[in-house]
Amino acid sequence: MAVVTPGGVDAAGVATTAAPATSPATPIAGRRWDRAVILFLGPTALLMLIFLIYPTLYTIALSFNRGRRGEFTEWVGLQHYIGLLNDKSFINLSTFPPSGAIWNNVLWAIFYTGFVIFLGLVVAVLASRVRYESIIKAVVFLPMAIAATALAIIWNFVYAPDPNIGLLNAILDPFTSGSISWLGNPALVNAALIAAGIWGSVGFATVILSAALKSIPSEVLEAARTDGANERQIFFRIILPMVSLPISVLAVTLLVNVIKLFDLIYVLTNGGPGVSSRVIAFTMYNESIPGGQFGRGAAITVIMLLLLIPIMAFNIRRFRSSRVV
Amino acid sequence: MTAVAGSRPTERALTTSERLVRFMNKTPIHIALGIIAVIWLAPTVGLLVTSFRPRSDIQVTGWWESFLQFRYTLENYQQVLASQGMLDAFFNTLWIAVPSTLIPLVLASMAAYAFSWLNFPFRDALFLLVVALLMIPVQVAFIPLLKLFAPTGLLNSYGAIWLAHTAFALPFGIFLLRNFFITLPRDLIEAARIDGASTVGIFRQIVVPLSVPAIAAYGIFQFLWVWNDLLMALVFVQRGDMWPMTKAIQNLLSQYGTEWHLLAAGAFILMFVPLIVFFSLQRYFVQGLLAGSVK
Repeated sequence: MAVVTPGGVDAAGVATTAAPATSPATPIAGRRWDRAVILFLGPTALLMLIFLIYPTLYTIALSFNRGRRGEFTEWVGLQHYIGLLNDKSFINLSTFPPSGAIWNNVLWAIFYTGFVIFLGLVVAVLASRVRYESIIKAVVFLPMAIAATALAIIWNFVYAPDPNIGLLNAILDPFTSGSISWLGNPALVNAALIAAGIWGSVGFATVILSAALKSIPSEVLEAARTDGANERQIFFRIILPMVSLPISVLAVTLLVNVIKLFDLIYVLTNGGPGVSSRVIAFTMYNESIPGGQFGRGAAITVIMLLLLIPIMAFNIRRFRSSRVV
Repeated sequence: MTAVAGSRPTERALTTSERLVRFMNKTPIHIALGIIAVIWLAPTVGLLVTSFRPRSDIQVTGWWESFLQFRYTLENYQQVLASQGMLDAFFNTLWIAVPSTLIPLVLASMAAYAFSWLNFPFRDALFLLVVALLMIPVQVAFIPLLKLFAPTGLLNSYGAIWLAHTAFALPFGIFLLRNFFITLPRDLIEAARIDGASTVGIFRQIVVPLSVPAIAAYGIFQFLWVWNDLLMALVFVQRGDMWPMTKAIQNLLSQYGTEWHLLAAGAFILMFVPLIVFFSLQRYFVQGLLAGSVK
């Protein structure tokens, strides 16, 4: 929910005070209903209506229909949803640990979100102590610039079983007998993918948390030091509570990333080996476009929407509390 | 905040020794940051080095050993650009990305101006709707828009993907730019109004020139978003000769998964423009990316 303010980035809404708290947008005086709105808003409204709102409603309706060839043929109620819940590749709770696309998203939500925030905080705190802070931040941020497709190729090299290609197997070569197939082993593939995802996103967390850390007044830290607080106490009792809001905003952003995650999986494993690294957005694509199961694809999209609605509500609430609409 | 449990003011001597401790504490920090830098650089550097190594070398030694051999070549790039069609794919990506950036840039600026400085019924409710639409995943568009586009021939041109990218870029653009536009000085706009400037005139001569940083940040974000996109292209670009680089590289990987020299060079061609943008426009780029975190 960051806003670019004239003063620079308000890192993910860290300093909401930077934006005016009162509704600034009282329109230009003396005008009640400005007809120029039709010119300024008309084309946008039309495009969003046809290409955004109509497809959303269509997809929701289609999820309750047979949906052959994407058309409304026969109403089937919740059949697609029930079918998905019984599909072991979508969600399988009968084994321990559970498996399936939904479960993989849960793994992503826990480990990707957790490690990105943790490592982002570590890098931000460590980098703030040295002179070359901006270089470290740029290095860690670099993967954010590149396509997920390129990131997938980079990690396809790192994970390659051939020790002349795969950096990881080359490093582990003296300690293991034979190379490890990181992406070919169902027990390792999700951890390997999540690690690549973490590598790609830590820079984002670092930049946001670093801005938040810098917003802590230095007098507060100095006062604590003079009072004899050690570094550990300062971290846990001052820094951590003061960055808890940016952390929660960051966590929400990362969860949205997880729900929408597609490119990395599609390029690196295509959901495999077998179905073991599928995630929800991958399954949606796979069922709909190559699979032609449009009704089922629509049902998966609705599940994605349902997962995103609490986040949508969170954003609207944050938005309304930061400025009066 | 200063109420750290059981603490009391300490004498100066302790502050000095604390400084000494903090100085010595820096060595582990440098080591930790060194390790972090290596972890974040090695995979990308490895890809870059590999892309310049002869195919025969890649098969027998690791890229980390190539610094001793020092045999590098541009042949991989020639091969992937010419015979693997990456040059065409590069221009396809460009031809997808430029209109998919410019159209939403213009439309979102105009809409954001309406939401910030013009009066019309249900303005605030409609803006909340825009905020809600920020979260809509692109997946909702696949089936309905494929149905909608099928009879029009748009799927045989870039029209379909331009429209799809534009629609999904608009809520974020409106949100971002509106929040910038409302911070513009009210007096300035009132004064222009009193001097007889029209609504369009105020937009063109005051709002847009004063908002260049925000518009640039959004433009860069949107450009890279489209440049790096694979999913929309998979769905809305159906002709093989129109594929962007992301799809071409994914294709290369699934067809010739062990042709490492081609993959490395291809991936670097894809990364080239975003890296240039990153290094030359880092300020705007980071702003746009942070602001884009809602998307």
